[in-house]
Amino acid sequence: MTDLLERPAAAEHPEPAEQHGPTGLLKWLTTTDHKVIGLSYTITSVMMLVIGGALAELIRAQLTSPNNTLVSFAQYNELFTMHGSVMIYLFAGPFAFGGLANIIVPIQIGAPDMAFPRLNALSYWLYLTGSITMLLGFFTAGGAANFGWVAYAPLSNSLNTPGAGADLWIGGLLLTGFSAIFTGVNLVATIFYLRAPGMTMFRMPIFTWNLLVTAILILLAFPVLTAGLIMLYADRHFGTHIFSVAGGGVPVLWQHIFWFWGHPEVYILALPFFGMATEIFATFSKKPVFGYKGMVFATITIAALSLGVWAHHMFTTGVVLLPFFSIMSLLIAVPTGIKIFNWIGTMWRGQLWFSTAMLMAIGFLVTFLIGGLTGIYLASPPLDFFTHDTYFVVAHFHSVVMALVLAGMGGLYYWGPKVTGYMLNERIGKAQFWFLFIGTQVFTLPMYALGLDGMPRRMAVYPHDPQWKALNDVASLGALLIGLSTVLFVVNLVVSWKKYPAGDNPWDAQTLEWFTTSPPPHHNFYRLPAIRSERPTWDYNHPEHRALGHGTREESH
Amino acid sequence: MRVEAKLLLGLGLFFGLMCAVYWNWSLENAGGVMMFAAMLLGFLPGGYYYFWSRRMRARPEDDPNATAAQGAGVVGTFPGTSIWPFTLGMGAFFTVLALVFGIWLLIPGLGLVGWAAIGGVSESRRGGRV
Ligand code: HEM
Ligand SMILES: [Cu+2]
Repeated sequence: MTDLLERPAAAEHPEPAEQHGPTGLLKWLTTTDHKVIGLSYTITSVMMLVIGGALAELIRAQLTSPNNTLVSFAQYNELFTMHGSVMIYLFAGPFAFGGLANIIVPIQIGAPDMAFPRLNALSYWLYLTGSITMLLGFFTAGGAANFGWVAYAPLSNSLNTPGAGADLWIGGLLLTGFSAIFTGVNLVATIFYLRAPGMTMFRMPIFTWNLLVTAILILLAFPVLTAGLIMLYADRHFGTHIFSVAGGGVPVLWQHIFWFWGHPEVYILALPFFGMATEIFATFSKKPVFGYKGMVFATITIAALSLGVWAHHMFTTGVVLLPFFSIMSLLIAVPTGIKIFNWIGTMWRGQLWFSTAMLMAIGFLVTFLIGGLTGIYLASPPLDFFTHDTYFVVAHFHSVVMALVLAGMGGLYYWGPKVTGYMLNERIGKAQFWFLFIGTQVFTLPMYALGLDGMPRRMAVYPHDPQWKALNDVASLGALLIGLSTVLFVVNLVVSWKKYPAGDNPWDAQTLEWFTTSPPPHHNFYRLPAIRSERPTWDYNHPEHRALGHGTREESH
Repeated sequence: MRVEAKLLLGLGLFFGLMCAVYWNWSLENAGGVMMFAAMLLGFLPGGYYYFWSRRMRARPEDDPNATAAQGAGVVGTFPGTSIWPFTLGMGAFFTVLALVFGIWLLIPGLGLVGWAAIGGVSESRRGGRV
């Protein structure tokens, strides 16, 4: 059935449009509803988080003693490659722009669905099959891919890494790459063309703004990766020599292509989670976002600069323009600092409510600050020469990605009730937060020390040294705590299953998605409020405290 | 449409400047070409939106004082349910597996892709089904 969709006028309460569609498996296979697709994305990507986490626990178990024989060297290579790949390609991105964004962005701007619903469904199927393709490597004779998540040439050529695992890795990334590109197209078109009347660009919630910028970054970066993968496959099987010196090619070209995608990818991952944290800070401080326009500007600046920093991952190759990439990388600290300032400003003198979501967002802020500050060290070539490929780098980016996990969990606790209609248990949620937050610091901080002491990354064994063993054991303990936090999350899902009905706006939140029912009906809204500021739901519920323009503080009563 | 156009044009301009500085300073071609392409991705759609934003009246979503009633009416055509995205996805899956497990997988792969292309297009023409 094709719906010629009419947008409801303000005062009407039309009868809920009953949906006479297929149910069960057929519904899942044929749906084009962005909420169902987004939920499929969320569930699949959380499963990937669990798989990637299990691989990480194995890595940490291996490193609890210097000459452990839990896994072989070859298996260890597969472990860290697939851990990194699953987490980056199959969890973090799809969770953010495929899962939560897919569900929330259309509702935040008053749209009935994504602009291209069938393309949206295709994105999900490409993501699912791409994930399966990559993981199939574990079931082949030669094992899964083992050249690191960056697949550097010449290690990734057919002589050094023969076998199906590597090709499955390439094939899986082709599929998920197209999936991401289609989602990018969909998000841009939705945000440009399907906003509700009065929802001007500068009234969109920060989460939606960040996803618009993320989507543009996807369109800039992912085609480069896809092209690179095709070249890599051609080198491996069709006898081309694009990345091999033997035939006149240039191995470093792979690094240029990979990181021209790879650094923007860092922000493709981060910006959606920044957006989640921003919404959570505003809601649980009962204040508008502080410095709204500054926040938007910072997001755009970060994205623009992120296209000019890729070779900070290549400082030690000796063939890149050090001053250019160093300056550009350091410049990113400025808009990032603005964001941190504005997050604190949003909470400043607010009525703080320390819900699980809020705790997760604060945990994100602290952890991200650690990751961001250590990143500034790495942007300086002399310091990077010293720490490149040591555990210092591993610690740096785990501070960052674990901060994203914290924000993402916050997002699930915050928007979960909107999507499902039911709340999660707050006590278990808070316990989960403390395990996750403390575990993250216990896991990353020792790795900084190990890195400065010279421990290289991607090694299954290390020299006998009581101090190194102790630090590694502490890091592994932290990993265990993180693992337990995930168990608590699953426990919470089971315990809270359909137990605590949420109501439309359980947090007294401000943005448009909280105006509709939980879960929202087919095509999202029965009626729309007048949109006169960036927080229409708040204006509707608190007419005596209407918006006072961007960033102005409400007088409390 | 103004803000949308300016956003893309601004990004294009920034990438253009960055490209000029980088390419002339480093003389490294891969990055220069990729930045140049990024500039085009800002300018092409940005220019298109700018062209139209000057020729059309502000849409309700660009009007700060629009009422919900102003936006009432047909928003667009939305498919109900459709099997074709799944079919197309499976076709792509088999096509990629053909890269690894053997060329014969192209038969189901491209077969499904073709079937989905025909089915999807005719579904849009008919106005959908299921
Ligand atoms: C339970 C939480 C986690 C633990 C215990 C963990 C542990 C580790 C360890 C010990 C390594 C280094 C392996 C080595 O160099 O020998 C590593 C590498 C890596 N991790 Fe994690 N990690 C966790 C979560 C994450 C998350 C959430 C992401 C991304 C979203 C991530 C992305 C990566 C990447 C990209 C690498 C580099 C892989 C490579 O060297 O090719 N990790 N992880
Ligand atoms: Cu980078």
